[in-house]
Amino acid sequence: MATDYSANELMVCQAARQLRDGEVVFVGIGLPNLACNLARRLHAPGLVLIYESGAVGAEPKRLPISIGDPSLVTNSLSVCSMFDVFSYYLQGGLIDVGFLQGAQIDRFGNLNTTVIGDYARPAVRLPGSGGACEIALLAKRTFVIAPQSKRSFPERVDFITSPGCVDGRAGPAMVVTNLGCYEFVEGEMVLTALHPGCTVEQVRENTGWEIAIAEDLKYIEPPTAEELRIIRGQDLQD
Amino acid sequence: MSKLMTMKQAIRRFVQDGDTIVIEGFTHLICFAAGHEIIRQRRRELTVCRLTPDLIYDQLIGAGCVRRLIFSWAGNPGAGPLHALRRAVEHDIPHSIELEEYSHFGMVARLTAGAAKLPFYPLRDYRGSDLPRVNPRIKTVTCPFTGEELAAVPALNPDTAIIHVQRADENGNAHVWGLLGVQKEAAFASRQVIIVAEEIVPESVIRADPNRTLIPGLVVDAVVREPFGCHPSYAQGYYDRDNDFYVRWREISQDPGKFNSYLDEWVYGVRDRAEYVARMGAACERLKAGDQYCEPVNYGY
Repeated sequence: MATDYSANELMVCQAARQLRDGEVVFVGIGLPNLACNLARRLHAPGLVLIYESGAVGAEPKRLPISIGDPSLVTNSLSVCSMFDVFSYYLQGGLIDVGFLQGAQIDRFGNLNTTVIGDYARPAVRLPGSGGACEIALLAKRTFVIAPQSKRSFPERVDFITSPGCVDGRAGPAMVVTNLGCYEFVEGEMVLTALHPGCTVEQVRENTGWEIAIAEDLKYIEPPTAEELRIIRGQDLQD
Repeated sequence: MSKLMTMKQAIRRFVQDGDTIVIEGFTHLICFAAGHEIIRQRRRELTVCRLTPDLIYDQLIGAGCVRRLIFSWAGNPGAGPLHALRRAVEHDIPHSIELEEYSHFGMVARLTAGAAKLPFYPLRDYRGSDLPRVNPRIKTVTCPFTGEELAAVPALNPDTAIIHVQRADENGNAHVWGLLGVQKEAAFASRQVIIVAEEIVPESVIRADPNRTLIPGLVVDAVVREPFGCHPSYAQGYYDRDNDFYVRWREISQDPGKFNSYLDEWVYGVRDRAEYVARMGAACERLKAGDQYCEPVNYGY
């Protein structure tokens, strides 16, 4: 078991461990891309990666810096239009897992990637939905990877770009941050596992509401030497 | 009849002040050459549509060409925010712009309806999101067969689409491979279409591989030959994305002085794309694509 690893590396491992062999994953760039490639090299060799740019079954030979990197096309199983991606694959019910990120996530699993502050006169204008809104609504399970602070974990997000536990929906299957791991019980976020070395106190200090704590709170298993070897081979940046 | 013309002629003829235009291409095949010519010709009050505004719309906005932006994800892919866009939205610099915002699926659906000449497109989306609250053009419709309530977005029919392709004949029959984005929908949805090609090839090359024709000449009004016309975006099989430039743009766009110097040197300071490419010099070689050919197919019968 390794002791020298970064929070990002642990987040990637924890996300990768949630993926099952044979699943179809709608994958983004950055940490989700690393998590999928890690899972594929370990317990889920049959994972199918679909990028919203239209590359299906991509096997990139370099770390893609953008979601439309040409290395996603070369040697993929299929390249389709974005109409196909969103209509036939996502709305068609073929996507098992979607990854989401956000500047803010709240108590109810709502994600904000649109604005900080008022929509008409924002303090910070963020990129917007991209495919996130429909991924949140149409993928069978979603995972959120996000850095945690009081600002990024408010009780209510400034703007709901991608809905969480609304209309009786289950919300994200898991939220993984640099402090711990969260799941949703009866529509509300619950801390279920801590990073080794992190405390409940730290989580409370970095959450904008009184966070619920699972009774059987666990610690996330640190990365194995094998996991780290694979991740570092992919040039993970902090 | 040949539709070949220069970029200067195509923009002069098919992009007017106040027009609604779309320069599509999802990371791949984004026609920066056309965007730069629009800036050089100082078009104003444009409504610009794109799923991902990217650097080229950041430049159009910062140069003062844009009144309204219709989009779904406005960032510098892999490298942070678009600062000229943020200056316009947050501080009205150089002037305020209007935003009309969807998700990717919503934009794809708008162009699909536009291409099919339908008034709207239904989709399972937006339930629980704040997007319909700030964009009244995202509505709901009840399915007449099942009673299900669906989201609906209106058709988007731009005045002009500008689509970069790997190769086309002089009538605009265009071969595209690699990521296809929404270029086909954008072309069929628009009243006028400019095809910009890395290479102009004889019609026989197109006819030898008709399945690769994404856009047929019958919807095309102008054909422009513009090698390296996508840089810093890329053209599969021709040149790679200039990721270093995308990263550098963060610094350039953040500082209005650097932004203006960039435009002075690389947009106003060159006559056309050929001069831009000449100024790039050896950097073009560095981005040249490697070779990976596929098996030919038999079209015989």
